[in-house]
Amino acid sequence: MTVAADVLEIDDALAQYDPVMGLEVHVELNTKSKMFCGCPTEFGAPPNTQTCPVCLGLPGALPVVNARGVESAIKIGLALNCEIAEWCRFARKNYFYPDMPKNFQTSQYDEPIAFNGWTEVVVDGETYRIEIERAHMEEDTGKSTHVGGATGRIHGASHSLVDYNRAGIPLIEIVTKTIEVPGEKAAAVARAYVSMLRDLLLALGVSDVRMDQGSLRCDANVSLKPRGSSTLGTRTETKNVNSFRSVERAITYEITRQAAVLSSGGKVVQETRHWHEDTGVTTSGREKSDADDYRYFPEPDLVPVAPSREWVEELRATLPEAPSVRRARLQEDWGFTDLEMRDVINGNALEPIVATVELGVTPAAAKKWWLGELARSANESGQELDALGVGPEQVAEVQKLVDEGTLNDKLARQVFEGLLAGEGTPAEIIEKRGLALVSDDSALIEAIDRAIAANPDVVEKVNSGKPAAAGALIGAVMKDMRGQADAAKVRQLLNEKLGI
Amino acid sequence: MTDLTRKTAAELAELMTSGQASSVEVTQAHLDRIAAVDGDVHAFLHVDAEGALAQAKAVDTKRAAGEQLAPLAGVPLALKDVLTQEGVPTTAGSKILEGWKPPYDSTVVKRLKAAGIVILGKTNMDEFAMGSSTENSAYGTTHNPWDLSRIPGGSGGGSSAAISAYEAPLAIGTDTGGSIRQPGAFTGTVGVKPTYGGTSRYGLIALASSLDTPGPCARTTLDAALLHEAIAGYDPMDSTSINQPVPAVVEAARDGDVAGLRIGVVKELGGEGYQPGVEARFHEAVELLTKLGAEVVEVSCPHFEYALPAYYLILPSEASSNLARFDAMRYGLRVGDNGENSAEKVTSLTREAGFGAEVKRRIILGTHALSSGYYDAYYGQAQKVRTLIARDFAKAYEQVDVLVSPATPTTAFAIGDRIDDPIAMYKNDLCTIPSNLAGNAAASFPCGLADEDGLPVGFHVMAPVMRDDLCYQVGAALESALAEQWGGVLMTKAPELGVTR
Ligand SMILES: [Zn+2]
Repeated sequence: MTVAADVLEIDDALAQYDPVMGLEVHVELNTKSKMFCGCPTEFGAPPNTQTCPVCLGLPGALPVVNARGVESAIKIGLALNCEIAEWCRFARKNYFYPDMPKNFQTSQYDEPIAFNGWTEVVVDGETYRIEIERAHMEEDTGKSTHVGGATGRIHGASHSLVDYNRAGIPLIEIVTKTIEVPGEKAAAVARAYVSMLRDLLLALGVSDVRMDQGSLRCDANVSLKPRGSSTLGTRTETKNVNSFRSVERAITYEITRQAAVLSSGGKVVQETRHWHEDTGVTTSGREKSDADDYRYFPEPDLVPVAPSREWVEELRATLPEAPSVRRARLQEDWGFTDLEMRDVINGNALEPIVATVELGVTPAAAKKWWLGELARSANESGQELDALGVGPEQVAEVQKLVDEGTLNDKLARQVFEGLLAGEGTPAEIIEKRGLALVSDDSALIEAIDRAIAANPDVVEKVNSGKPAAAGALIGAVMKDMRGQADAAKVRQLLNEKLGI
Repeated sequence: MTDLTRKTAAELAELMTSGQASSVEVTQAHLDRIAAVDGDVHAFLHVDAEGALAQAKAVDTKRAAGEQLAPLAGVPLALKDVLTQEGVPTTAGSKILEGWKPPYDSTVVKRLKAAGIVILGKTNMDEFAMGSSTENSAYGTTHNPWDLSRIPGGSGGGSSAAISAYEAPLAIGTDTGGSIRQPGAFTGTVGVKPTYGGTSRYGLIALASSLDTPGPCARTTLDAALLHEAIAGYDPMDSTSINQPVPAVVEAARDGDVAGLRIGVVKELGGEGYQPGVEARFHEAVELLTKLGAEVVEVSCPHFEYALPAYYLILPSEASSNLARFDAMRYGLRVGDNGENSAEKVTSLTREAGFGAEVKRRIILGTHALSSGYYDAYYGQAQKVRTLIARDFAKAYEQVDVLVSPATPTTAFAIGDRIDDPIAMYKNDLCTIPSNLAGNAAASFPCGLADEDGLPVGFHVMAPVMRDDLCYQVGAALESALAEQWGGVLMTKAPELGVTR
C-alpha cells in the first residue's frame, strides 16, 4: 500500500482546478430470489447456505432471468427519467476472481435496459441537474474474507474464505454522465445525489438500501482540469465509498490530493483507489489502463429482454411522486420557508420528519428535534441521521410528553441525550435521570416563597408598578427547581401570589 | 433366449412389456457385453453397474405392480460424459474434472430417469467436446467397432461406438458442430441433432452455448425417435429452450413416407475433398428417395463455405468464457496448492495440467477473438456469417422441405491420422456445422459402405426449426428401403468384435 500524497487545502485546490465527477452506484435489489436462480437473498445467513448449481457456477448449470429484477430495473430507469430499451441483452464480463463462480459476471454492456436519463438534487437551495448515462442489470459476486493478514486484507493473508450467498444477488448499476458543478459544491452535490438515490429507491420499494450491509455502494470517479480549461484530466476511481458522508469526504480528499499532485508538476495516475473511512484518505489500488479488457460478448445462455411498451407504461403508472414534486408539496403542507426546507434537505432530515409528522407531531416540532438535537449529535459523531438509533417513534413519544406538560424543551433535550446514549426508553430515562416537571403546586409555591423572601428588591419593583420585573423571580424559581418546572405554571402561581 | 444386446430398443421394450424379459436381465446382458468388449472399444469412461441394476430393478418392480410405464422403460442407455448425473463421475473427457461428482441431474438425465430408462454409464468423448475423433479425450481414444484401428468420430465417439458395439441399444450425445451426426455416420448408426432449444442444455457442460444440442443416438430410426421424444420438450431451466410441443418424431419414424416430399441436394456440400465411395452411396440414396416418390432438386447455399471459419470463431469465443470456471477453486483438479502459491498461481498451474492441447488452443483462439480491437473483425463478422447462413437455409426451405448432403466428406479415418493437423480434423464437420449455426434440426442415417474401405457412410438430412419430424420421415424411408436390399439395418453388416472375456 502506498502512502497518500500530500494534499492541498480545499480552497487552494479549487482556486486552481475545476473538479469533474462521475458516480457509479450499485444497488442490490430486494427481490426474494437471486437474479438468475431461485435461491433466497436474505442478508446474514450462514455462509454458503443460499446457493445452488446456478449461482455456484457449477458445470452445466444455466441462468434464468428473474422477471422481478427486470421490473425493478425498469422502475429505477423510469424514476430517473431514462429511456427503456425495447430490446436488450445481457453480456458476459470476463475476468478471473475466486469469488466470481463462473469467472465471468453476467451483466449488460452496450445494451443497457435504461439509458439517457436525468435527475435533480438540491444543495444550499440550488437545484443541480445530473445526467444519467445508464442503469443496467447485473449480478453480485460472492464475498471473500481474507484470513491471517493484519487487517483483513489479502496482503499477508494465509488463506481466504468465500461466501457465495451474495453471488447472483440482483444489482442495478446506475452510472451518471460527467458531473460538472462549481467546485465548492461538487462534493456536496455528489452526496446529495447518492442520498436522493437512496430516497428514490426506498420510495420505489425496489431495494432496502442498507448502506451498512452494502446494498448501496458507490464508486466515485474524480478528475481535475485547470480552472476554465475544457481539457479533461486523468481520473481516478475511488471504490468502497459506502456512506453519504464518505462520498463527500472521499471526493473532497481526491480533489485535494490530485490538486497537490498536479500543482507540484506531477501526473495523476489512472487507477482504482480505496477509501479509508477511519483515516479519511484514499490509497492507490490497482492501476487501471485501457488495456483492461473484459472481452464482453452477448450472453448466449440468455434470451434478449424485450419489455413491451404496455408493461413499461403500466410500471410508469405505479411510480411514486418524483422527489422534487414531493418536496414542494411537503414544504407547502408544512408551511416551511425555502430556507427551512433547505436546512431539512441538507440535514438529510426529510424522511425522518415525514415519518414523525405521520405520527401526529407538528412539522415545526419534528423539525426542531431532528435538525436540532439529533442532527447535531449525528454531525458530532460522524454518523448518518438514520444510524443514530433514535427513530421517529421516539421523537413522537418525547414530543407527546412535552405536549402533556410532563417535559419542557430543556428536559426533552436531556431525554434525547439519554436516548442517544442508549439509556432506554423515554420513560426510563425520565425516571433514571429524574427529569419530569414538578407539577405539585405546593412544591412550586414553596419555591416561590423562597424567591420572594430572597429578592425583596424585585418584589418592591413589581409592587411599584413594574410587573415586568417579575421575570427575575421566575428565573429564580426555575433555578431553584433545577429547570424541572413548567415556566408558565410558575408565572401563573407567582402572579396570583403578587396579585398582578 | 436370443442375445438381448442385438435387439433394438423398441424390441426390448416389447419383450419387457410382454413379460419375456426383465429390465434386470436386459441391463445385465448389456453390462456383460460391456465387460466383454469395452477393453477393445473403450466406449465407456465409467460404468455404473450398481446404479443401472438398481434402476432396472425399480422399473421391474413398478411393472410388476401394474404401473403405467413410459415406452422405453427398462431399456438401457449410454450417456455422454458431458451431461451431469447426480453422484456419478462426470468429466467431459477432461483431467480438470477428474473425480467430480455432480450434485445435480441434468434435465436430460431427469427425463431419462422419469422415463425409466436405465443409465449404464458415461461414454468417452473429446475433451469438452472439442474434436472429431475422441483422440482429444484425456482418458484415451475410443475405437471404431467397424475397424478398431480407426476412430469412431467425435466428439461423441463413445456414445456411437457403444451402440455400434452392442454395448447399449441407445445413447445420448451432444452436437455442437456434428458431434452426434459425424460419429453416427462413422459407426453406421443413427444420430440426430434436434432443433436448438428443442432439447434442454441444463446440466450439459457447455462447450459453445449457442450451438450445443443434446440428442439421441441409436441403431434404428424408430429407436432414435423414441429416445428423442423421451428427452425433448420445453425446460424452464434453460432460457433458450423452445416452449412448443415436441415435433411428432415417433409418428414420422413409423410412417416413413416421402412421396411428394421436396428434397434439396446442397450443391456446395460435395465434389472436391469428398471421398468417392461416400459420394457414390449418397447419390444412390438420393436416387432411392426419388424412386420412393420424393421430388429432388439441387439447391445452392452460397454462404455455407464460410460456415467453418465462422464456427471456429464463435465456438472458441464462447468456449473461452464457458471454460473460465475451471479454476481449481471449487471442484475438480487442484494443482500446486502448497500453502505458498497464490490462488492465481494455483488456477494457472491447474489449467496448465488439467486442460489438453486442443482445449488450450481454442481458449487462446477465443480469448483473442473477443479481445477489444479484434471483436468486430472476428466475433462480430462471424455472427454476420451466421445470419447469412440462416438466410441460405430460409431461402432453401422456400423451395424444398428438407436439404440433404453426405454427413461427412470421408469415412472414419485411422487413429493418429489427423491428430497433428487441426484444419484437416476441423474439415470433418463441413457438412454438419451449418445446421448448428442456424439452429435447425439435422440427422445422419446409415446409407451403405464405401467401396474403398468398406466403412459406413452417413446420409445427412437437414430440416427447418422444429421440423425434426421431417428428418425422421426421410431417415425411416431410407432405412426401410435399404433394409430390403441388405436384409436388415446396416449394422447387421458390422464385423463381429472379438470377445475379450
Ligand atoms: Zn442459486
